Amino acid sequence: MRFVDEFRDADKARALSAKITSLCEPGRQYKFMEVCGGHTHTIYKHGLEDYLPENITLVHGPGCPVCVIPMGRIDDAIHIARQPGVLMTSFGDMMRVPGSGGNFFDSNAEGTNIRMVYSPLDSLKIARQNPDMHVVFMAIGFETTAPSTAMTMLRAAKDGIDNFSVFCNHITIIPAIKAILDSPDLRLDGFIGPGHVSTVIGCRPYEFIARDYGKPIVVSGFEPLDILQSIYMLMVQLKEGRSDVENQYSRVVPWHGNPTALRAIAETMELRPYFEWRGLGFISHSALRVRETFERFDAELRYEIPGVRVADPKACQCGEVLKGVLKPWECKVFGTACTPETPIGTCMVSPEGACAAYYNFGRFTRTRVREASLSTVDDLAASARRVPS
Amino acid sequence: MIEILTDRPDLAKVDVSGVKRAINIGLVAEEGIAPGDWVLIHVGFALSKIDEVEAKAAMEFLESIGKAYEDEIAALRDSEIV
Amino acid sequence: MSNATAPSEREQQVLDRIERARRRRAKVKEERITLAHGAGGKATQTLIEAVFLDAFRNPLLEPLEDAASFTVDGSRLALTTDSFVVSPLFFPGGDIGDLAVNGTVNDLAVAGAVPKYLTAGFILEEGFPVTDLIRIVESMRAAAQTAGVAIVTGDTKVVQRGKADGCYINTAGVGVREYPGPLGAATVRPGDAVLVSGPVGEHGVTVMLARGELDIEADLESDTAAVHGLVADLLAATPGVRAMRDATRGGVATILNEVAKAAEVAVVVDEDAVPVAAEVRGASELLGIDPLYVACEGRIVAFVDGAAAGNALAAMHRHPLGRQAAIIGTVRADPPGLVLLNTAFGGTRICDLLVGDPLPRIC
Repeated sequence: MRFVDEFRDADKARALSAKITSLCEPGRQYKFMEVCGGHTHTIYKHGLEDYLPENITLVHGPGCPVCVIPMGRIDDAIHIARQPGVLMTSFGDMMRVPGSGGNFFDSNAEGTNIRMVYSPLDSLKIARQNPDMHVVFMAIGFETTAPSTAMTMLRAAKDGIDNFSVFCNHITIIPAIKAILDSPDLRLDGFIGPGHVSTVIGCRPYEFIARDYGKPIVVSGFEPLDILQSIYMLMVQLKEGRSDVENQYSRVVPWHGNPTALRAIAETMELRPYFEWRGLGFISHSALRVRETFERFDAELRYEIPGVRVADPKACQCGEVLKGVLKPWECKVFGTACTPETPIGTCMVSPEGACAAYYNFGRFTRTRVREASLSTVDDLAASARRVPS
Repeated sequence: MIEILTDRPDLAKVDVSGVKRAINIGLVAEEGIAPGDWVLIHVGFALSKIDEVEAKAAMEFLESIGKAYEDEIAALRDSEIV
Repeated sequence: MSNATAPSEREQQVLDRIERARRRRAKVKEERITLAHGAGGKATQTLIEAVFLDAFRNPLLEPLEDAASFTVDGSRLALTTDSFVVSPLFFPGGDIGDLAVNGTVNDLAVAGAVPKYLTAGFILEEGFPVTDLIRIVESMRAAAQTAGVAIVTGDTKVVQRGKADGCYINTAGVGVREYPGPLGAATVRPGDAVLVSGPVGEHGVTVMLARGELDIEADLESDTAAVHGLVADLLAATPGVRAMRDATRGGVATILNEVAKAAEVAVVVDEDAVPVAAEVRGASELLGIDPLYVACEGRIVAFVDGAAAGNALAAMHRHPLGRQAAIIGTVRADPPGLVLLNTAFGGTRICDLLVGDPLPRIC
């Protein structure tokens, strides 16, 4: 596939890996956070950590919209799904997230009708096909997905579809990044910036990270070479003593974002004063709800939701993993009580969650061996010397 | 690759390795979209048009790194320090 | 020149703890059956071990191979059963009738048996069109003829409208084991090669698209086929075949995990070496799923003695159903029970069993 395969080339990876290593100051440890769950997934899926020297650590951030949904909101969704005449539609990765009484699959086993869709627009199709049912779309995601929900509501309004509404759980990325930066537990050297969120919000919103906190951030694509190149760009910034916002994903991310998408969001949604993020607690102005002018599409108004705050299970340490304070395997229940089959927390359920990524892809005994031949200039010289004349 | 459906101007057909799907182009229509363009797709919507100039620049950078790396190896292999 | 660093001791302790947890006796935690239990992944395995194996336990069932092998009065036989609940009933490349015959024929074939006789049990929904039933039965007749088997007994039940999704079929099959050697996952050992007989994921993706909910067009067909001929050729040409499996729900990755666990070995696969049709790759990218976990219905995975790998590959290539066969990996001693994937990119990762059906990834 074009624009994908070229960015998966192993030889270029080795070259980038060598350049990254050559920029490391001996004895210094580097910690970069990749915010976006999609990046976490790529890193583990392609074994990218094998390409990085020992002194660079990647810390996994809270950019996984499935991972940060509090259990209480799942319960609320199931409550709505239980109402007579409701057909709920949801993205696939939400189906296994556990609420306090089970996940969407469990709920279906007890009689609800929660159906998986690939696009919010599918909900409109289902609404047209089932005029006697009310279709509620479980909307999740960052600013990447919010425009799609917005466009769907606009379309529903235009087409006069009246048996459709949205249970809005969209969240915004900047407050989460700020919460990480303000957290005393974490000392980061830089950020691998979200890729797809940036196609919508652009790169300007990240300027405060470089300007006010002095950390470099490179907006990165999702192929393995993209991530390696972004790490290289971060190392260059550190070496040159700079902290700037740079865009590695320029082929897809426009610096000013997507104005049409932002307008669609603004027309149909507004910021909530505060919202609970699993593991990070309440963050102000970090989530969206349906605007008053579109209130006929707001499932929260149509159906009274319990809105009970459910505390995470005692054993669950998702919060610390989401903040990057703990590595997945450092969580007390990782792999034993909490597995993909029996997840306690969302980090294990979502395929982009750090725990799931590590359990499914990275978990095995291995020694981190640098590329056997030629990863540093010294190695090159040494091996050259060994060649008999 | 894209082909715009005539009866529904907000929809277009995209081709991914021979598999075709209808997607909504409402979010990129403003910047102008035409058959032959490449787009980023997310949950049934085109989110962004791929900038071929930038893509080329990105590839060139990677090629140059690869080339420099190969040159270094070749040079060191040829060098003999006696 | 290499620079090796042992993983921190604490990480190692955690990994050990996880290994012990994975080996614990299976227990079904859910109160009700969910769709995940039918997907062929971890949930299915746990259900089989905790409920069925626990109750029915006997030496013939324990190996949990695709068919049971035993001897009756000196005759070496294989017996298998399968139920078919696919929706939609008709799809590009075939229908539920084709699956019903080929699926059971294939389970017998990979046990090293020549398939002989099949049963056919039908559960029909009130209101199901008779013309559709005739179509399905005709497919079964043709498939049985191609496979050289006879359908010798059967059963019909009708249930109320709303149950049975139109038509469910169960088939059981018996075959004669002519292959003298032992076959089975337990015989797989380090040094063995892993082969697959053709491109993966075609059936699963075809059916997903045929459900029509996705507005995706692709030129794809199910790969449903009877592979007993291919298997016979493979066995005839290659001494040293250890085990074969019919890749169905859960795809190739599930089989590799089952064998790795049963034989307590590591299976290492080269991602690049696994044949995947371009359209399957494209559709999988669009859907956010991994072709390695998508169902096939006419592909086998074979574990053979490393020394015989070339032979085995050539034998498969000679057969029309094996033209795109490939060697996709090898078996190692360590780490036991795991499947590792060498990515196209050069890294290595684990390829574990999924819990349920592959769920599309959105980001």
